[in-house]
Amino acid sequence: MSSNVLSQSGSKPLKGSPLMSNRHVGICILVLGIALALATPLLPAGLQRLPEALVLPFADVINYLFLFIKDDLGFIHVTRGIAGGVESLLDVTANLLYGKRRWPNIGPIPWTTIAVTAGCIGYALGGWRLALLGAGTFVWAALLGQWKWTMETLSVIVVAVPLAVLIGLCLGAAAWRSARVEKILNPMLNIAQSLPHFAYMIPVVVFIGVGPKAGAIVTIIFAVPPMVRMTLLGLRKVPPEVVESGQMCGSTPWQLLRYARIPTARTEILVGVNQVIMQSLAMVVLASFIGMPGLGQKLLQLLQSLKIGRSIEIGITIVLLAIMLDRFSKAWAHRQPEHHERHTAWWYQHRLLLIWIALVAGTFLLSMVLPVAAEIGRRQAFTLSKEFDVIVESLLTFVDPVTLAIRSFLIKDVLIPLRDAYLWLPFSAVIALVAGVAWRIGGRRSAVVCILYVAFIALSGWWDRAMITVYMVSVAVFVSALIGLPLGVWASRSDKRAQRLLVVCDTLQTFPSFIYLIPVIMLFGVNDVAAISAVIVFGTVPMTRYTIEGLRGVAPELLEASDMSGATRWQKLRTVSFPMAVPTIMVGLNQTVMFSLFMVIIAAFIGTQDLGQEMQRALSSTDVGKGLVLGLCVAFMGLLVDHLITRWGSERQRLLGVVS
Amino acid sequence: MSDTQPLISCRSLWKLFGHDPVAYLEQKLSGGEVSFDSLQSDGYIPAVRDVSLDIYPGEMLVIMGLSGSGKSTLVRCLSRLIESTSGSITVDGQDLRALDEKGLIDMRRNKMGMVFQNFALLPNRTVLDNVIYPLEMRGQDKHTRRARALEVIKLVGLEGRESYFPRELSGGQQQRVGIARSLAIEPDIWFLDEPFSALDPLIRREMQDEFLRLQALLGKTIVFITHDFDEALRLADRIAIMKDGMVEQVDTPDKIVLQPATPYVARFTEEIERARVVHASFLSEEIVGAPPAGEPLLASSTIHSLARRLVDDTRAVYPLVDDNGQSAGQLNRAVALDVLLGANTASTSPDANTAKDITAASL
Repeated sequence: MSSNVLSQSGSKPLKGSPLMSNRHVGICILVLGIALALATPLLPAGLQRLPEALVLPFADVINYLFLFIKDDLGFIHVTRGIAGGVESLLDVTANLLYGKRRWPNIGPIPWTTIAVTAGCIGYALGGWRLALLGAGTFVWAALLGQWKWTMETLSVIVVAVPLAVLIGLCLGAAAWRSARVEKILNPMLNIAQSLPHFAYMIPVVVFIGVGPKAGAIVTIIFAVPPMVRMTLLGLRKVPPEVVESGQMCGSTPWQLLRYARIPTARTEILVGVNQVIMQSLAMVVLASFIGMPGLGQKLLQLLQSLKIGRSIEIGITIVLLAIMLDRFSKAWAHRQPEHHERHTAWWYQHRLLLIWIALVAGTFLLSMVLPVAAEIGRRQAFTLSKEFDVIVESLLTFVDPVTLAIRSFLIKDVLIPLRDAYLWLPFSAVIALVAGVAWRIGGRRSAVVCILYVAFIALSGWWDRAMITVYMVSVAVFVSALIGLPLGVWASRSDKRAQRLLVVCDTLQTFPSFIYLIPVIMLFGVNDVAAISAVIVFGTVPMTRYTIEGLRGVAPELLEASDMSGATRWQKLRTVSFPMAVPTIMVGLNQTVMFSLFMVIIAAFIGTQDLGQEMQRALSSTDVGKGLVLGLCVAFMGLLVDHLITRWGSERQRLLGVVS
Repeated sequence: MSDTQPLISCRSLWKLFGHDPVAYLEQKLSGGEVSFDSLQSDGYIPAVRDVSLDIYPGEMLVIMGLSGSGKSTLVRCLSRLIESTSGSITVDGQDLRALDEKGLIDMRRNKMGMVFQNFALLPNRTVLDNVIYPLEMRGQDKHTRRARALEVIKLVGLEGRESYFPRELSGGQQQRVGIARSLAIEPDIWFLDEPFSALDPLIRREMQDEFLRLQALLGKTIVFITHDFDEALRLADRIAIMKDGMVEQVDTPDKIVLQPATPYVARFTEEIERARVVHASFLSEEIVGAPPAGEPLLASSTIHSLARRLVDDTRAVYPLVDDNGQSAGQLNRAVALDVLLGANTASTSPDANTAKDITAASL
């Protein structure tokens, strides 16, 4: 990573002390780092690894704090109370969707009813295509005998999403109103958005326990941050004139928020809702690790027992669900109101609603007569898993020699030596290298911030594990960039290609990360290569996407000017498009790093040796302190990269005169 | 006009942007003269400087200035959308700056309406609901507010489009909605912040006519902002010309054109065809001795519209009458012809020529 950032930071120092600019200081520290690295064998042990005595007991402190909050302050009663509230909501949806015996005792709703409902919502939001997608998803789930699991998953989403949206909206509005709230909230959101999923789960297990309610609560907590961000953004973007017009109409501040600001920020807020939904789905699937039943749990079990065919089926259901939820909520966000001509009959204006009511009544009646329309039993379900297994089997016998060769080559000749190299680096050299790069990019402040991040990791005592994470992420990011950049350049050559690839990237980004493990386990089995491949696939998506967007976003006049100067395609790319697109591409790189970090941690369950593996252990022993410390280590790595790239990117944009 | 009380009146109004402007300005003002440059070099942005204005009931005051001259800020101070730094504003006898939030909301709900440059319509509401909005804020019952809104929509000529959403309308139509909304509560005071600037020239012309029609019908007190001098001349009873936050001159269009007070104003009026702006009444002289014989001219007509008469009818002076047929002095043919032909002698201010040289040099 560090070398990557370094090679692209070609910006000139703008201000600097008259004696020594940031650039020179940075390079000096870098040289020191390299010297330390080269002199490793000569270094005293204390500079190679932090002496045990200096490792700070963060985990114990956190554990102590948690115990204090939980028992001495009686916070557990508060959380139990909240959990009770959420549980009663979950009981309602559980009854309606899969017939759990709780109030209101009317469920389960027949699958046909839910499918036609999804179809109608889809039609209302985006015509036939979305109608087909909505209904098709549920028909698929029902026909393949996955109905109950799907509904278990959905019942949590249905509860978690509105709660997360509500909390996010309130926090966002509070942050918008008060600069102080925003100041407090901002660093919390930063950390929250870079904490890996598992770090959220451990405290929830401590305070709430396991099962659906824990799953719901961890989902809510995980999904709130993007909603806060989008609410804040939306409220900020309301044109001042709209606010003034509201004021001149004599609105009170509350009326102004309720009638003018929030409706005008509708699109941003609904984009926030979309993100909440997607985050929720990703989390609900992963919450299987803390006993959340549903599709995720089933997938976890099947993957662990290497039943590839069945895993693929479940994977498809999850993917369909993801695409459906994403397209629906996006269509809702971008829907524009339309008027009816005058004297349109009321039944015509509400025709869709009437059709829906008729369909619901019809399917209810049908399911009374025909039990299959209410529920498809295990025996009756179609399953293609046998066929999938056969296909996969034959495919594997075909490609196995190849993958085996790749695998052993990569592990023996690339990955293990690389990992050893990372582990061989003394921590003092790493700190110096990071500080050098940071100083060069952002001056002393950046250097201090970055040193603090790295120091926390060193002091936490998880240095070696962290270096393994860094090694996996850096390999994955490097390969992702190697694939994503050329792919993006190629795609951006033509409008059509760019459009298509962007749709593909969009769709791939909606998949819960867990899904990416299915094909790599299928191809490579359970080992480092599989884990890294999953990370690469996951990380290539943002890289490609932002490369396309960056290159497509270059001002056409500039391209015309360079055409008229007689530039060849390659010259144009090298001298105009690429330099102008670099800030955007760096945003992509930033996301790739984030995605990779998250994925590496998730990949722990196919047997890596990094922080993620330790986090899994912390989860199974519900060790809050350890879990949070590990989570913070991962978050700080992410924030470090984010800080450097953002700093560099904004400086670059300022130099180019492109206002972001 | 001076016999009536002004409806809006502001005295030495200041608006500075910057750090703690109130204390800064207080200290600065106690030191005497405050120049634009000295404020700027202290890191402040002076948007409105020492403005004193009186706006009388039923009058249309057009505030004219280039972008950045502080006209939008001034009108926002007058409507208290932004807080002024110093000075006083009296609206209908009430001290505007002393009003608490409730009093301010009350005043806006009953006395003020405003139209915005980019329409500022709520995208999620239909035409009808946008117009209903101020009435809804006021808490009027559903039936009345609907009836009133329909009435105003009809007034601005949008009948039949009540259920459209702003997005489905053209720019001119959207601004009609903005106008209808601002009129819904029957305000006494009507602020218009460059209402036609975002429209195409042809539509702009049409909207100006529409606006004049409405004003003839309603007779509101209007503060109208524009950066378009032609628009100002066409609409205004009086024009206030602003530069760097200061009002350079407040006068009737005739006076602005013929007697520019400062070199800056003179530059604006240079390209204007004066005969189209100046009215016969403005050139009217006291009748000394016997009234001139012959057919009288209408005092309210522009010199341009009298052009043919001035050329054909070779009397030295013409009698003038007002719209009611009463005598309104006499018009000297030579003076009128000077205006018609664009000569710079007769009643133009003597320093206008030197002023021109100064501004030309400063360019």
